[in-house]
Amino acid sequence: MHPLTYSRAADPAAAIAAHAQDPHLAFIAGGTDLLGLMKDRAALPDRLMDINGLPDMARIEVLRDGGVRIGALARMSDVAADEEIRRRFPVITESLLFAASGQLRNMASMGGNIMQRTRCAYFRDEDDLPCNKRKPGSGCAARHGLNRLHAIFGWSDECVATHPSDVAVALSALDAKVVVRGRNGERSISFTEFHRLPGNTPNRDNVLDRGDLIVAIEVPDRIEGRASHYLKLRDRESYEFALVSAAVAVATNGLRIGSVRLAMGGVAHKPWRLTEAESALRGVSLDDVQALRTAIATSFVDARPLAHNTFKIELAQRVALRAVQIAGARA
Amino acid sequence: MVYLFVRPLGRIGGTKNFHAGVELRPNEMNESDTEERQGDGRVHLSMMVNGALRSLKVEPRMTLLDALREELGLTGPKKSCDRGECGACTVHIEGRRILSCMTLAVMHEGKQITTIEGLERDGRLHPLQQAFIEHDGFQCGFCTSGQIMSALAMIQEAKAGWPSAATADVTKPFATADLSEAEIRERMSGNLCRCSCYPNIVDAVVDATRRI
Repeated sequence: MHPLTYSRAADPAAAIAAHAQDPHLAFIAGGTDLLGLMKDRAALPDRLMDINGLPDMARIEVLRDGGVRIGALARMSDVAADEEIRRRFPVITESLLFAASGQLRNMASMGGNIMQRTRCAYFRDEDDLPCNKRKPGSGCAARHGLNRLHAIFGWSDECVATHPSDVAVALSALDAKVVVRGRNGERSISFTEFHRLPGNTPNRDNVLDRGDLIVAIEVPDRIEGRASHYLKLRDRESYEFALVSAAVAVATNGLRIGSVRLAMGGVAHKPWRLTEAESALRGVSLDDVQALRTAIATSFVDARPLAHNTFKIELAQRVALRAVQIAGARA
Repeated sequence: MVYLFVRPLGRIGGTKNFHAGVELRPNEMNESDTEERQGDGRVHLSMMVNGALRSLKVEPRMTLLDALREELGLTGPKKSCDRGECGACTVHIEGRRILSCMTLAVMHEGKQITTIEGLERDGRLHPLQQAFIEHDGFQCGFCTSGQIMSALAMIQEAKAGWPSAATADVTKPFATADLSEAEIRERMSGNLCRCSCYPNIVDAVVDATRRI
């Protein structure tokens, strides 16, 4: 790794001011993504500021309105083991447990998890292949390269990468909020608006600015939360990023779907909400497989495959169907 | 145009001391590395390592793995992928298993670190080490210290009631009795064994779970 300096953040305000003023400073929490990026020379900060000592940012607490607030410094393993979250939002627990390994989950923070950068091999490559995310204006090697693992929704000619986080997919389905402290105080960003589509600025993964510090993630109380499921398909059984995944939360009247929340991973530059399918699934009976399939298909009209990932369009619909059935069986 | 990539093992490391399976001694390192090491941005650091207070001076960019191996001479944790993909560098920080290649030494001032060297007591192997020998849980042995450190913490996680991706119903409390072979394989999936000794590793862990 390149030479760098290291400091510990004394308090949030000082950390935010330092980050706002210094474009070569990066916050470090778990470090599991940042160290990989630095080793691959995809991130070269001159200065690291360790935010692990910031107070009250690792707590998991139930809010007065029934929602849950997850501190940005809470580790993935602590959130996955939390009994309240397991009981009320199994989709969050499962999405965490299907990600990374036991060691990495003990290290990785929740704030860092949603900030992790794409696993596109061209972006991560040490030899500086064309990548607009790594080096704006250099092109996209994946667009006409090996793109089996890449996006089917929302991509541009400048970038076809997918977002690697699993828990972000679950949080998107539940309409969670990212609580950010910045130069002008605190604000909440809806999860579906936190990550960006690539457009012609794929170097920006999300809407955060310099001087922004994620302090927490808030999950609103959802009647659908309890009957929820995260289904992840990957090239090996464990310890691998998603080929395609689905986060589903459902509320039912008997066998009929009352309301459903559905987001997918491994298909776009951000967690991909299937809003059309959510509407179409309302009122459909869980034992009517053909009707479920037809409703889910309404969200795939705009799917556009790349040279090597046409299979994802069919696979994603099957994953969504299976996830709806499993979540529905829990209702 | 189709791009293909081949990544050499451990090409970029703190000191590039591991390349294609051959460890280089400091005097064999190239010049730029030596210069970087002498440029004094080094910081003092104290950690409790295997129960003893250790003070060292490290560059901020040095991983915990490199600090343990090169500054403290603890070569039990292995440098294999150096990317958080193989688990060979697994050690415990405050009793939790972590990957020492994916964290910086400076981030662990004052912390309790345990490596494989810290498991034996008065010359007697830890029951988990003994179980790996009895069940022939290794062949070349390069992944073994990581496997054992990972398994030891994994058993504690199961005892603490943590579920895994192999747990059918995460809403229910997890009991140690539920620690099936499938559970062990899932919970140990962060530790790769290129000799593929997995069946014997699982047997060793099952056996040790009863003894610990």
